[in-house]
Amino acid sequence: MPRQLLRDGRVVDDDWTYLADGDPAAPQAAVTSGGLIIPFDRWQADKAAWLADTRRLGVALQPAHKVELLVPDLARFELVAAEFPGPSDGRGYTQARLLRERYGFRHELRAAGYVRQDQLFFLARCGFNSFELPENELSAATAAFSTFSAEYQPSNDAGLARKLHHR
Amino acid sequence: MYRYDVIDKALVDERVAQFRDQTRRFLAGELNDDEFKHLRLRNGLYLQRHAPMLRVAIPYGLLSSAQLRTLGGIARRYDRGYGHFTTRQNIQYNWPKLEEVPDILADLAAVEMHAIQTSGNCIRNTTSDHLAGVTPNELEDPRPWCEIIRQWSTFHPEFTYLPRKFKIAVTGAPQDRAASLVHDVGVHIVRGAEGELGFEILAGGGLGRTPIIGQVVRDFLPREHLLSYLEAILRVYNLEGRRDNLTKARIKILVKSLGVEEFKRRVEAEWELIRDGGLVLTDAEVARVRGYFQAPPYRALDNTDPAKDKDAAFRAWYRYNTAEHKVAGYRVVYISLKKPDVPPGDATDTQMELIADLSDRYSFGEVRVTHTQNLLLGDVEQEKTYELWQTLRDAGLATPNIGTLTDMICCPGLDFCSLANAGSIEVAKLINQRFDDYDYLYDLGELDVKMSGCMNACGHHHVGNIGILGVDKGGEEWYQITIGGAAGADASLGHVIGPSVAKTEVAETIARLLAVYVEQRQPEERFLDTVRRLGVKPFKERVYAAPAAA
Repeated sequence: MPRQLLRDGRVVDDDWTYLADGDPAAPQAAVTSGGLIIPFDRWQADKAAWLADTRRLGVALQPAHKVELLVPDLARFELVAAEFPGPSDGRGYTQARLLRERYGFRHELRAAGYVRQDQLFFLARCGFNSFELPENELSAATAAFSTFSAEYQPSNDAGLARKLHHR
Repeated sequence: MYRYDVIDKALVDERVAQFRDQTRRFLAGELNDDEFKHLRLRNGLYLQRHAPMLRVAIPYGLLSSAQLRTLGGIARRYDRGYGHFTTRQNIQYNWPKLEEVPDILADLAAVEMHAIQTSGNCIRNTTSDHLAGVTPNELEDPRPWCEIIRQWSTFHPEFTYLPRKFKIAVTGAPQDRAASLVHDVGVHIVRGAEGELGFEILAGGGLGRTPIIGQVVRDFLPREHLLSYLEAILRVYNLEGRRDNLTKARIKILVKSLGVEEFKRRVEAEWELIRDGGLVLTDAEVARVRGYFQAPPYRALDNTDPAKDKDAAFRAWYRYNTAEHKVAGYRVVYISLKKPDVPPGDATDTQMELIADLSDRYSFGEVRVTHTQNLLLGDVEQEKTYELWQTLRDAGLATPNIGTLTDMICCPGLDFCSLANAGSIEVAKLINQRFDDYDYLYDLGELDVKMSGCMNACGHHHVGNIGILGVDKGGEEWYQITIGGAAGADASLGHVIGPSVAKTEVAETIARLLAVYVEQRQPEERFLDTVRRLGVKPFKERVYAAPAAA
């Protein structure tokens, strides 16, 4: 049974498959409806082969990875997953804003790893639109998008940076 | 002062609801200790030695009388009848119950207050000059800029999980009364080449284990770019600051390891890409915020000398506990929270309520918190200072020691804090007992003594003219003494004079340091200047010449 996640405000089956670090590049048939999420390092190590691959591809970033390195090939990816290793590492928030605002990434931007309802409001405002939440938080978490009814900063949750909130 | 509009109000109310739910989930076992830690810390809640400690934000140290009255009420209802004002112009309660914290936050929200981002690795309360708007020679009131930074930094989605805490101080006068050189970022209002006002930006200052004076990153920043420039600094820090070692995670370590030039290059490169984006401050927005900080309706008065022909006690108080005001006929009045037998910075519930009432009667209903842990009334008519003094004196709030040795900065120390190595409150008491002769204190003149119970340096000991640091030596409390530190515009770090001393010898050690000063000072020379002129050697020799008399 596929795991579920929150995407665009709805609980859906995860149709993407992660390629683990040690896995051989899976045969094309193994991924049907969704696509394959490859680790950043493996994409870096063998770009030519991945660019030639006909499957839908996503890439998984660790906090230390520089999103700038994705930019030349960003059009090839239909998903970027930023990994949060724990409740204290906030680099993924910046990665998300850069991808959305500076590099114009329009596809699925996924928060992976340690993702909880308490971070959802901030994650969404940085541009994430899908969230790998623990199963027991999935249904309650949608309320977290409206934790706050206003904001003080230019926002990105509509996919576009808005002007600084003026009154 | 700033007043909440519907947006500010909604955000604070929603934060209370959010934290109430988080506390409920923790108490129900749905959140573990570590998960809850990251949530409670962003609401100012520490789990301390005896009980939780709740730190409430006082943005740039400015309080309305209603707010201070509420703080007093909270001290009585939820705590043990007092609160502790901090070096970052906030207030801490040492005895709240965890399950009552959401109720305290709700009480605070009713008077436009909160504990948002008063702890945790996020952008903390922006601090400022406690004489902002009333001091005669400032270029511009820094508080509207503080409020603009407060709003931008509140719930900033990108910068809520930084490598470490992040503190910003803003000043608008040549004198630096906000210790901005030992902040992660210092913002100084300055004039540009054409006489226009803008900002000098410093970064990488800080105390703690590795004290560093901040360095200039930009000489002049046009004012409309304040937020985009701060955002560029924060973004570089969020991505590049160390996360592998908590003691090396502050921005000062990043600036130091890159070198200020390379750090600056990275910030400027980032800023170039965002400077003209959504963070540009319009004149209309600046004017809107500035509108909240208009001067109160001063009366047309002449300067007078209220101390003339008055008793000596009032004259001493007027000289030390009041300061010049930019408007004729008015005076700034410090309310000393450094009574000898009271922990520095503490005020009781009834004192807070009294001060709130006095601010309504004498100072347009506003009170300020100084980073030196005192309160002040900013706009008192000179002719009313005598009756104000009488009331303060009767309430134990007129100790005439502002700027003198006994106006010590002091952290809560081992008595409350779970980080501390040694007590600080008791040492403050011993120092007060030793130096109880006001003629001697006044003869010593301007003297900053700052004391921290551990390396985290909440008491700013590195930048005390005399700094006292509590250290643990085989389970005993000892104290390392530094001299020559300063926190103002000429900030410097103190030098260690030698081996640490026992608790009972701290006061004697200070007495010996001061004896050298009194013998060797030149006319009008402050202790700090004598230390700078002579170096540590003569002081060190005197302190360690012979064992302290018992």
